[in-house]
Amino acid sequence: MAERDAVITTGPGLAAGRQETLAVEGVSVRLGGRDVLHDVRFAIRAGEFVGLIGSNGAGKTTLLRVILGLQKPSAGQVRVGGAARARRHAAIGYVPQKIELDPDMPLRARDLVGLGLDGNRFGIPLPSRGRRGLVDEMLHAVGAAAFANARVGTLSGGEQQRVMIAHALISNPRLLLLDEPLANLDLRSEQEIVSLLARISKERGVAVLISAHEINPLLPIMDRVVYMAAGRAASGTTGEVVRPEVLTGLYGHHVDVIHLHGRVLVVAGRGDETAVGPRDDTHVLHADQAAPDRDCEGRR
Amino acid sequence: MNAILRAVFEPGFFTSAPVRGALLAGGMAALVSGIVGTFAVLRGQSYAGHALADISVTGGSASYLVGITPLWGFAGVGVVAAAAMDLIGVQRRRGRDLATGIVRGAGLGLAALFLYWGTASTSTTGATVTVLFGSIFTITGSTAAVAAVFAAAALGIVVVLYRPLLLSSASPDLAFARGVRVRATGALCLVAIALAVSLSALTIGAILSTALLVGPAAAALRLTSRPGLAVLWSAVLGLAATWLGVLLAYDSYYWPPVHQGWPVSFFVVALVLLFYLLSQFAALRPPGVRREAASARLTAARPDEAGA
Repeated sequence: MAERDAVITTGPGLAAGRQETLAVEGVSVRLGGRDVLHDVRFAIRAGEFVGLIGSNGAGKTTLLRVILGLQKPSAGQVRVGGAARARRHAAIGYVPQKIELDPDMPLRARDLVGLGLDGNRFGIPLPSRGRRGLVDEMLHAVGAAAFANARVGTLSGGEQQRVMIAHALISNPRLLLLDEPLANLDLRSEQEIVSLLARISKERGVAVLISAHEINPLLPIMDRVVYMAAGRAASGTTGEVVRPEVLTGLYGHHVDVIHLHGRVLVVAGRGDETAVGPRDDTHVLHADQAAPDRDCEGRR
Repeated sequence: MNAILRAVFEPGFFTSAPVRGALLAGGMAALVSGIVGTFAVLRGQSYAGHALADISVTGGSASYLVGITPLWGFAGVGVVAAAAMDLIGVQRRRGRDLATGIVRGAGLGLAALFLYWGTASTSTTGATVTVLFGSIFTITGSTAAVAAVFAAAALGIVVVLYRPLLLSSASPDLAFARGVRVRATGALCLVAIALAVSLSALTIGAILSTALLVGPAAAALRLTSRPGLAVLWSAVLGLAATWLGVLLAYDSYYWPPVHQGWPVSFFVVALVLLFYLLSQFAALRPPGVRREAASARLTAARPDEAGA
């Protein structure tokens, strides 16, 4: 426990203050009598690429909703570049996990990107060369030019992600939030989206917070990680956080960390009485997307 | 040439005052329904629009009983019902359907009562026919003026909220993150739908007004991928159906079986259906083909970006 607290409080940016793009300060959320988030604190500076890692139900989406202002925390607060809550949308670009659009909805990729620029404004947008130029530039930047005129509902998952990233970026936000952008993508699209995001965060100096249940695709490009389990979070570099002592404290039961060809496997350890229950095999926590959540997370 | 013209436009079509009134009021209702209807269809609120049409029967029949023009009843009850539907819960799709169904059922029950009273007290079914099937040829100047105000209000809402409506139709989360007030936007859209439906209820009748709201919009979605063009197509198709319907109704005065003219509502609804079917044929090329064609053009224009 002490180990975990130490990591949390020494998370970079907290002591320095002021210059961080996002500061999450002791955020707790109670829903229906249970702690969905418990005293989550971390900060992100401009240009930093941070992974928000945790399995389903760990609280990632709730945390993103708190940062967006969609969910009120029951304790603590969130500061986004010093912006007040009501004006926060101007500072944040948001990419939801997926949008459900019928293929017959008459909305082209370029229309959705344009709505990222001024979708909250009143009136009908007059066609202007400047607006069109901005949209084209953004579509090129994310590699979506080839399907700029296709209906969004007809695009594949990876193509939709590119379009939504363009939608989120075109207003020049200081913070880019992405909710599980790698879920449901094939391996190739996954790699393409990851390298696209890495390039964007460096080129534009935008802070990126990306949620994922699988840490390995993000390992090469993450500056830091916020690791979540059962509503608690530990933050720091991967070297600081992805260690058995820290994750054991986070999960509340014994966890091993195995390094394998530059990848990390987080596994529930054998012989720990609180951990695995009836099965005493070693379970892979995050190396596999589908199986592990229920067995290993030690939830309630 | 003149003979053909005379065969198409029966004598007196352009000089008849009822016809001119019908073209004007009907055209206005069709434009508003076509434009607002596009958003109703995009937002998955066709059923809500249908329910508002049913509920407006309640208002129309009630205004008959108290002796005012049905338009006030159509619009008044429609807007109140829209607010009720919003309050009961339109945030989730299922909640929205439930709320809509409940309000609709209650409204139709009242409508049955009012129409019965109207029929019983006047010993005619005039009110029932006017409310259910419209009165496009007998709209008075004062009613038309009120209709124009309602039309302006409905169009004003969708023009002002064009972008927020479009974005929240695509994804409420995305819209919220952009700073759109999603709830208020949706509520105002429902009011616009109620107003559009009340105008069509006045012209082609309360039970047929959904056809003008949903039909042209559904056809328009097939014809273009651009949201702005879809709105325009929808308006044009609605207008064409209404004006052609008025013409056919005028011509049908000499048609069998009764030689009294066929109801204009029938022609309008039949034409809307025809346009919808034609649009399906126009869109038979699968979306994928169109998309490849579009990318091929783009790739040709920018070879350096190909496969980016």
